[in-house]
Amino acid sequence: MEMPVPNPAILARKEAIIAKLRGCVPTDALIWDEMETRAYECDALTAYRCAPLAVVLPATTEEVSAVLKVCHAEGVPVVPRGSGTSLAGGALPTADSVVIGVSRMNAVLETDYDNRIIRVQTGRTNLSVTGAVEQDDFFYAPDPSSQLACAIAGNIAMNSGGAHCLKYGVTTNNLMGVTMVMMDGTVFEIGGAHLDAAGLDLLGVICGSEGQLGVVTEATLRILHKPEGARPVLMGFDSNEVAGECVSDIIKAGVLPVAIEFMDRPCIEACEAFAKAGYPMCEALLIVEVEGSEAEIAEQLALITDIAKRHNPVELREAKDADEAGRIWLGRKSAFGAMGQINDYMCLDGTIPVSSLPFVLRRIGEMSKEYGLDVANVFHAGDGNMHPLILFNANKPGDLELCEAFGADILKLCVEVGGCLTGEHGVGIEKRDLMAHQYRPEDLEVQMAVKDVFDPAWLLNPAKVFPLAASEGRRVVQVAAE
Amino acid sequence: MRPETEADLAEIIKGAAGPLRIQGGGTRDIGKPVDGALLQTGGLTGVTLYEPGSLTLVARAGTPLAEVEAVLDAEGQRLPFEPMDHRGLLGRDGVPTVGGMAASNVSGPRRIQSGACRDYMLGVRFVDGAGTVLSNGGRVMKNVTGYDLVKLMAGSYGTLGVLTEVSFKVLPKPEASACVLINDLSETEAVEAMSRALGSPFDVSGVAHLPVGVDGAPVTMIRVEGFAESVRYRSGRLAALFAGRDVTVETDPERVAAGWRYVRDAEPFHAAPGDVWRLSVKPSDAPGLVAASGALQAIYDWGGGLVWLLMPVASDLRARLGGFAGHATLVRGNEDTRRALPVFQPEPGPVAAISAGLRARFDPRGILNPGIMG
Repeated sequence: MEMPVPNPAILARKEAIIAKLRGCVPTDALIWDEMETRAYECDALTAYRCAPLAVVLPATTEEVSAVLKVCHAEGVPVVPRGSGTSLAGGALPTADSVVIGVSRMNAVLETDYDNRIIRVQTGRTNLSVTGAVEQDDFFYAPDPSSQLACAIAGNIAMNSGGAHCLKYGVTTNNLMGVTMVMMDGTVFEIGGAHLDAAGLDLLGVICGSEGQLGVVTEATLRILHKPEGARPVLMGFDSNEVAGECVSDIIKAGVLPVAIEFMDRPCIEACEAFAKAGYPMCEALLIVEVEGSEAEIAEQLALITDIAKRHNPVELREAKDADEAGRIWLGRKSAFGAMGQINDYMCLDGTIPVSSLPFVLRRIGEMSKEYGLDVANVFHAGDGNMHPLILFNANKPGDLELCEAFGADILKLCVEVGGCLTGEHGVGIEKRDLMAHQYRPEDLEVQMAVKDVFDPAWLLNPAKVFPLAASEGRRVVQVAAE
Repeated sequence: MRPETEADLAEIIKGAAGPLRIQGGGTRDIGKPVDGALLQTGGLTGVTLYEPGSLTLVARAGTPLAEVEAVLDAEGQRLPFEPMDHRGLLGRDGVPTVGGMAASNVSGPRRIQSGACRDYMLGVRFVDGAGTVLSNGGRVMKNVTGYDLVKLMAGSYGTLGVLTEVSFKVLPKPEASACVLINDLSETEAVEAMSRALGSPFDVSGVAHLPVGVDGAPVTMIRVEGFAESVRYRSGRLAALFAGRDVTVETDPERVAAGWRYVRDAEPFHAAPGDVWRLSVKPSDAPGLVAASGALQAIYDWGGGLVWLLMPVASDLRARLGGFAGHATLVRGNEDTRRALPVFQPEPGPVAAISAGLRARFDPRGILNPGIMG
């Protein structure tokens, strides 16, 4: 993956820039030693690494503003970073950039049950937002797999989803307001405890803008009361097509489960070997979870199992208690770890129309043979967000490139059937150069025009999201202005 | 001008010599009056894709909303955000369209549970102020590919581009609904009660308070929807939360629907003379703001987060409220008032600068509904 050549003028001025940053934050919040900056050389897309010029770990919005003012004045690119769990390389630095990490900004600023909101600093982890309110039976709904580690800042940047978004929506549907610092240091507030925008929906475009429009330091999030209970049912089928039809029929029947998860045979086998969850060995597994009181759960599960029975399941297992529910989820939740035990893998994130599931799974199987690389599929079936895991050997020369080419073909297939390149991970650097398959040049141009308005010098996370060739003119102007 | 294809619409905009006043069905005359040549999107009609099993519907912008709702109804589905019909309140005729609804981000009482129109918009096609046809988003439920301009277009009142097609996430229509009614609460008590209902595990899909109900007395309304047994269970539990109050449960589907239409469309103000303002605030702030407003009458929706205010003609609500967190929109007022007072809440400096910058990029000549949002 190509990254822009670092600006030699910035590298040459490193000491002067560090001296100015020293005035913005306490000594222990500034890292520029080459051994120490290496900790920030990549995120969860570990195939690409580059240590930044410096790392700043501010504790307040004011400190973020001061740091951005310096970088703006010096023309230094800035890479915002949450917890560094991006699978798309969203937080990958360049050698001439300053990383602003929000990890020290993790306070809960306000909890208001009457108005059902929580206001937090964005370095706080996703799970610890729920942690702050669960003693009162409330929760924050978006639940990305990395929720133990990932920060709200990154969730906002990537508009993260999770397993339960079929019912509760993704980050953008649960984000009510932000405090954001713009590249020139201006502090900007939008939204809050009230709903919907007064004018243009800027909150809507900031969410999912991958740290390219500003650094979000505080967020107002919607919290909800927990349901009385939740229970999954596990169903096994002897073909992906039948499982796909079953998903469609459940949705058409008017049931809205909170989650519908899908696993194919390679994934089932790996999970079973790893977690020993007692999964049946079949072609496709569905885990469907519903919520409510005991009686409501029973009613919904009866309807769902009736539908499943029409598709001749090879297995139908309803959780009788919390222990059984835990076992049903165990395999699914350890899927990524299980695959990691077998091999290196690359996790894709395309979304397709639910109706195209059987076709796309069949095509992925065929391509897997053509490329000679195995694929396991595990994904959120209710909303068509696929996570094919391509297995490769990082130590074998050429295997990573082959895997990337295969991945690109799968994502192009997702676009061809009416879907998109990424459902919840973001574009980052990983899918940057595929953007032209989904959007025409003018559609990319108008998105870049939005960045022009927020960040005219293109200093914020500049080498992400857009194909380098498409954004070159804008980034070059910034370098030439040195 | 009433083009019938997207290409014709693009040509018209490209060749426009001056400002354009953009209109869907003409039922939502909201904003500062626009002086310009009328450009109607009502000729761009048709549902172009509907897959019930994928919960997705795509329609051209001029498609009548009623047509979309009928198509969905035949499959037992609906637009979950319960879009308000503005005709009664604004005294308009005409046919509400998909594009008009999306361009003004119109939602209804269910917004408090399910989200707004913008939350169900998956993709848009539109023509910008230079006449370029653009698209963003798509037709799938989860999509973070590039910037979310779909949200930006929702509620932009045509100032960034003219919508030509919108795709929506839709949801199943519930089998049953019920409404818990609590009589005679004060406005403060009502907001507390609504907050309790919304903070319960009973998945409430509407919470409103009418200080002057149909019979003249205050009534607080709490709606639940779902499978019949579940609705019976949850409405019973909710009624029990307010034991000691005068509580009844309405289960007749037609009466429940009529009651929520009454709230959704601000029906109490249809025949009442005066301006109508819409306040979006933190629910617990609402009773105090209503008291400060000097309103002739109020309707609380969204648990108090949305307040409709009937105000004496040409009164400056914002001046009466002083600084408050949230925003106020003058939804109904005569043209003079809408020219004199900002219809939409004035934005703080940095936000206003960004909004102006975006409009300048999307519509460099400033010809799309200029000034409508202030």
